[in-house]
Amino acid sequence: MSSVSRAGSRTAKPLPGEGDPAPPAQHARALGRAPARPSVRQRLELLLLLGPAFILFVGFVLIPIAVAVYYSFFKWSGFGPLGHTIGLANYRRAIKDSVFDHAVMHNVTIALLSLFIQLPLSISLALLLNRRMRGRGFLRLVVFAPYVLSEAVTAVMWLMLLQPGGFVDHVLKDVGLGGLITTWLANTHIVLYTLFVVVTWKYIGFGIVLLLAGLQGIPVELREAAALDGASPWQTTRQVTLPLLGPTIRIWIFLSMIGSLQLFDIVWIMTLGGPAGASTTMATYLIDKGFQSYEFGYGSAVAVILFIICFVFALLYQRFALRRDTRGALTGMVR
Amino acid sequence: MTQLAAANPILRTRPPKPRRSQSPITTALAYFAGVVIVVLTLVPMLFIFIGGFRTTAQINQSPTGLPHPWIWANYRIILTSSAFWKFLANSAEIALVATVLAVGLGSMAAFALSRYNFRGREAVYAFFTIGLLFPLTVASLPLYLVLRDLGMLENKFGVAIPEAAFSLSVTILILRPFMRAIPAELEDAAVVDGTSKLGFFWRILLPLSGPALTTVSILAFVTSWNFFILPLLAFNNLNDFTLPLGVATFQSQYSQDTARVFAFTFLSMVPTLAFFVIAERRIIAGLTGAVKG
Repeated sequence: MSSVSRAGSRTAKPLPGEGDPAPPAQHARALGRAPARPSVRQRLELLLLLGPAFILFVGFVLIPIAVAVYYSFFKWSGFGPLGHTIGLANYRRAIKDSVFDHAVMHNVTIALLSLFIQLPLSISLALLLNRRMRGRGFLRLVVFAPYVLSEAVTAVMWLMLLQPGGFVDHVLKDVGLGGLITTWLANTHIVLYTLFVVVTWKYIGFGIVLLLAGLQGIPVELREAAALDGASPWQTTRQVTLPLLGPTIRIWIFLSMIGSLQLFDIVWIMTLGGPAGASTTMATYLIDKGFQSYEFGYGSAVAVILFIICFVFALLYQRFALRRDTRGALTGMVR
Repeated sequence: MTQLAAANPILRTRPPKPRRSQSPITTALAYFAGVVIVVLTLVPMLFIFIGGFRTTAQINQSPTGLPHPWIWANYRIILTSSAFWKFLANSAEIALVATVLAVGLGSMAAFALSRYNFRGREAVYAFFTIGLLFPLTVASLPLYLVLRDLGMLENKFGVAIPEAAFSLSVTILILRPFMRAIPAELEDAAVVDGTSKLGFFWRILLPLSGPALTTVSILAFVTSWNFFILPLLAFNNLNDFTLPLGVATFQSQYSQDTARVFAFTFLSMVPTLAFFVIAERRIIAGLTGAVKG
C-alpha cells in the first residue's frame, strides 16, 4: 500500500520529491504553523472536507465488499430471508465447479497471451515508431482512438464484423487466406483467441502510447554514448533502452493483468461466455450466477474470490515489482 | 542550450550534434508499421460508417462493397428517433454527475490530505487509495444488492454515485501531490491578506490546480461514459439506458437489420471520437499520466 502512495506523490510533482514526507521547507513550515493541539476550527474544517468523500467511499466501495463477504456464507436467492449460514460451502462449490475453473483458466489465458504477444508487439512497435516521422501526431491520434471507445461499442462493432460471411471473412478471402475462415465466435477452440484479438485491437494503442512516452523520457545521450562505445543498435536497445523502459513496462503489465482478470463487457456482449462456456470469464460467471440463476449467495462468494485474486496480485506486484522502480525513471516519464 | 547557442556565434558554428544513425531499412519498416496500424485501426470503423449507408440486402450480397446507391435512411431514422438522443442524454447526465461528485469531493479530500497536519493523515490517505485495488466490475454484484436495499435501482443517481465513489481513489491520488507542490508562501500571503484556510482553498488553490483538475475530470468522465456493467444491472427501463447499454440492446434487438446496427454503432462512437479529437492532448496526457502514478 505504501508503495502506491509513494509512487503517487512522486509522479505529479515537478521535481523528484523524496517519498511521502513533504519537501523539507514546506514540512517544517507546516509543523511550525500547525500546533500539536488541533483547534476546534481545524477539526471542523477537516470534517467538512473529508466527511463527504469518506461517506461516499465507505458506502459504495467498502460496504458492498463487506456485504458480499457476508452473503457469501448463505445460500440465498436474492429475495426473502437469508436462512442460516452454510459456512464455506459456496467457496467449496466454486472451487469444485469445472465451469468456474475454466473461467479462471480463460482469464489466465488472456493474461498470458497479453503478456507474451501483446507486450512484445507493443514494445517493438513503440521502439520502431520512436523517431521523427511524418504524420507522427496523426498516428498517435489514430492508435489511441480505440482506447477511448467503450468496450460495449467495440464489442458490437466486432460482433458485426465477425458475422459468418461478413466483413472479416470477405477480407480474408480477398487476400487469399480464405482457408482460415471459421465461425469465429461459435467455434469453441477459437472463440477465446478471437476475443483476445478484439481486446488487443482496443488496448494495444494505449500500450504503444504509454511506452512511447516512456521512451521519450530516456535521454538520447545514453544511446549515443553506447553507440560511441561501439554498441550495435540492437545491443543498445537491449542493454540500454529496455532496462530504462522497465518501469513503464511494469506498469503496463500491472494494468494489463488487472484488466485481464476482470474482463467482462466484451465477452458478455459478443458471446455471453459461450458457446458451451468456452469463453466464460470470472466476471461473466459471476454475473451469470447472480442474475441469470438468482444465486446471490453463491455469486457473492465468486465475487469475493475474484476480489481476493485481484487484491493478492496487486499487493504482491506492488511489493515485488513496482517498488524496484527507481525514482528518476518514474519521474522522468511525467511530462 | 539552444539559447546559449543562439547568443554565442562561436557556439552556433559548432557542427550539428551527431544524429542517431537510422538505417533506411528501419525507417522504411517504421513507416510500414505505421501504415499497417492506421489501416487496422481505421478500416473496421470506416467499414461500420460506410455500412450504415447501405441496405442490409446490399451488405449481405457483398460485405465489403461500397454503397450503391447511398442510403441515408438508416442514419436519418436513428437521428430522428428519440431512443438515440435519450441514451446520449442519459450518458451525459450520469457522467456529469459522477464527474462533479468525484472531482468535487475528491479535491476537498485531497486538500485536507495535502495542506493540513493531523494525526493519522497518511492512514486516511492510504485508506482512500485502497479503492485502486477494487475494480468496479468485481464489486458490481454486491453493489447491486446495496443499491437495491437503498431503493436506488432504476435511478440515474444509483449509477452515478457509485461511479463517483470508485473514481475517488484515483482523483485523490493525482490531486494530492499536485496541491502539495503549491508553495506554502502563497498560503501565508493569503492568510496575511485575511483569507481563511477554506477561502485559500476555494479562491487560490483550486484555480491554481486547473491542469490537474482537468486531468481527473477527463478520467472520471470517460470512465463513467464508457461504463457498462452497472447500468446493465441497475436499469430495466429502456428510457434510462446509457449509450453503451443502448448499443448492445439495439444490436440484439435488430440483429437481422445489419445496416441499421452499423449506423447506430457508428453514431454512438461519434461523441467519444469527437471529444477525443478535440481534447486529444489532454486526454492522452490524462489517461497515460494517471496510470503512471
